[in-house]
Amino acid sequence: MTPAIELQELTKDYAVGFWRPRPYRALDRLSLAIAPGEVFGFLGPNGAGKTTTLKLLMQLIFPTSGSAEILGKPVGDVATRRRIGYLPENPYFYDYLTAEELLTYFAQLLGVPSADRGRRVSHLLDRVGLGRERRFQLRKFSKGMIQRVGIAQALINDPEVVFLDEPMSGLDPLGRRDVRTLILELREQGRTVFFSSHILADAEALCSRVAVVAGGRLAASGRLTDLAEFRIRGWELVAANVSPSALERLRPIATRLTEISSGRYTVELPLSETPDALVTMLAGAGASIVSLNPLRDTLEDFFVQQIAAAAAGARADAGEGGHAGR
Amino acid sequence: MQAVRHIAINVFRESVRDRVPYNLVIFAILLISASYLLGQLTAGQDIKIIKDLGLAATSVFGLFIAIFIGIGLVSKEVERRSIYALLAKPISRPQLIAGKYAGLVLTLAVNVLVMTVALYVVLAAISWNASPEMRAAWEAPPLDPQLLKALLLIFIELMLITAIALFFSTFSSPILSAALTFALYIVGHFNADLKNFELVVDSQPAAWLARGLYHVLPDLSAFDVKMQVVHGLTVPAGYLVSAAGYGAMYIGALLLAATVIFSRRDFK
Repeated sequence: MTPAIELQELTKDYAVGFWRPRPYRALDRLSLAIAPGEVFGFLGPNGAGKTTTLKLLMQLIFPTSGSAEILGKPVGDVATRRRIGYLPENPYFYDYLTAEELLTYFAQLLGVPSADRGRRVSHLLDRVGLGRERRFQLRKFSKGMIQRVGIAQALINDPEVVFLDEPMSGLDPLGRRDVRTLILELREQGRTVFFSSHILADAEALCSRVAVVAGGRLAASGRLTDLAEFRIRGWELVAANVSPSALERLRPIATRLTEISSGRYTVELPLSETPDALVTMLAGAGASIVSLNPLRDTLEDFFVQQIAAAAAGARADAGEGGHAGR
Repeated sequence: MQAVRHIAINVFRESVRDRVPYNLVIFAILLISASYLLGQLTAGQDIKIIKDLGLAATSVFGLFIAIFIGIGLVSKEVERRSIYALLAKPISRPQLIAGKYAGLVLTLAVNVLVMTVALYVVLAAISWNASPEMRAAWEAPPLDPQLLKALLLIFIELMLITAIALFFSTFSSPILSAALTFALYIVGHFNADLKNFELVVDSQPAAWLARGLYHVLPDLSAFDVKMQVVHGLTVPAGYLVSAAGYGAMYIGALLLAATVIFSRRDFK
């Protein structure tokens, strides 16, 4: 099956410095293949190369080497863009237009038939929660509302593949939930979604697979739960009304025990410990279980490790003298 | 072609929303007040002055629109990052340049058209109220169709200035683009002097340089027939065609260069 998105050894160098420009490698030989219907999370800290990758896919910038294809066609193929949607990071749109006019304009450019245009514009504005503000000029919109307009315009042509660069950025919790629901709906409809984020929870809730980039390089890819870096390393239990006797039984097995307030404790347990038995014991001792969650390295921990590894790699490369600057 | 049309209409809509048509109101007020004042002060000369003023104002107002909107056509899109979502649509970069250019030319066309109508209305009003003595002093009829030739050449000049502004806007900042476009406008009006520079300098290399610059820089004086028209002199159709042809070639070259630069540009 032809991948919906395929990147092969995609590399981008920028020239930095005015008088004596030096190459700065923003993306280093990135290869990925995303199958049709996948929701793919593209994760990494700021400056990792996420937006650079998306700009290369939209041909807003040109690769130094390597290639990329969308729906089996090179990224430069103008006709393929009728079949894709794109939300840029922190988008900006013509502020003299109303939300309705902007979507209509983009629908015209995308060749959406005039018979469907009005209905589709109305439906999408309602879907992103801007039905009442459809005739407001965008200059009157807040950052979160612009983000919602951006999501609507990315879907105006009912695209087969949707690229979302930090779609949760600027949204309040309600907005984030709406976007999550929207992405899940797209997945149910069989669309391919490629979204970048630096928030692990978004990826966990939505993605079938992820790739993590750090320092312009692919650090890891696969199912989030299969990635060694994110495997469960223990449990975190929060319990209230913990009696002194129950506490004594907890002390020898807990890797960390913290009293949050009177009788309320956070207990960290090693992976070897079975939480079910402990929950039963605590309940029997009159304690109430507030929450039980798996403990895993956060994406932030992973980023820190990867950045350190990337820096070490760059030092090694510089020592060998054969690599572009980073 | 559809994409170019939609982009052009959007540029036109932007200029309307940015209140560019207000300049038409200022133009109308200027012409009407000038005709009233001149009617009190002069005898027979008023029609010539109104023609002169009308043509000059059409040119100057158009120049400001061409420069100040032209320099932002591309650079504003890049600076504000609205180009990201736009270029992700099924439009090529040359189509974007063509659409942006066509949109501003449409704005200028509407502007020049309305100013032309306003000028003829004011001239008709003066003609209506003129005494036989005043009519006798006129070098050319008030509603002289020759005026249309001058207005057509003004419009072509404005199209050329728009192309210059657009060309600079594909690779430089708005302020620099404005400065360079304005500088070319000034140089362009004195360019004809470079043609015969060897008559005033002894240095042969300087004469060659001047001749080279003459061919590279736009000769905007070719589009200026205001003086002839106001004084009732005929502008031959052949001259009109050659000036229009020169303008079209220069515009074509500028748009081609703008497209080449823009098509290779990274939007970081």
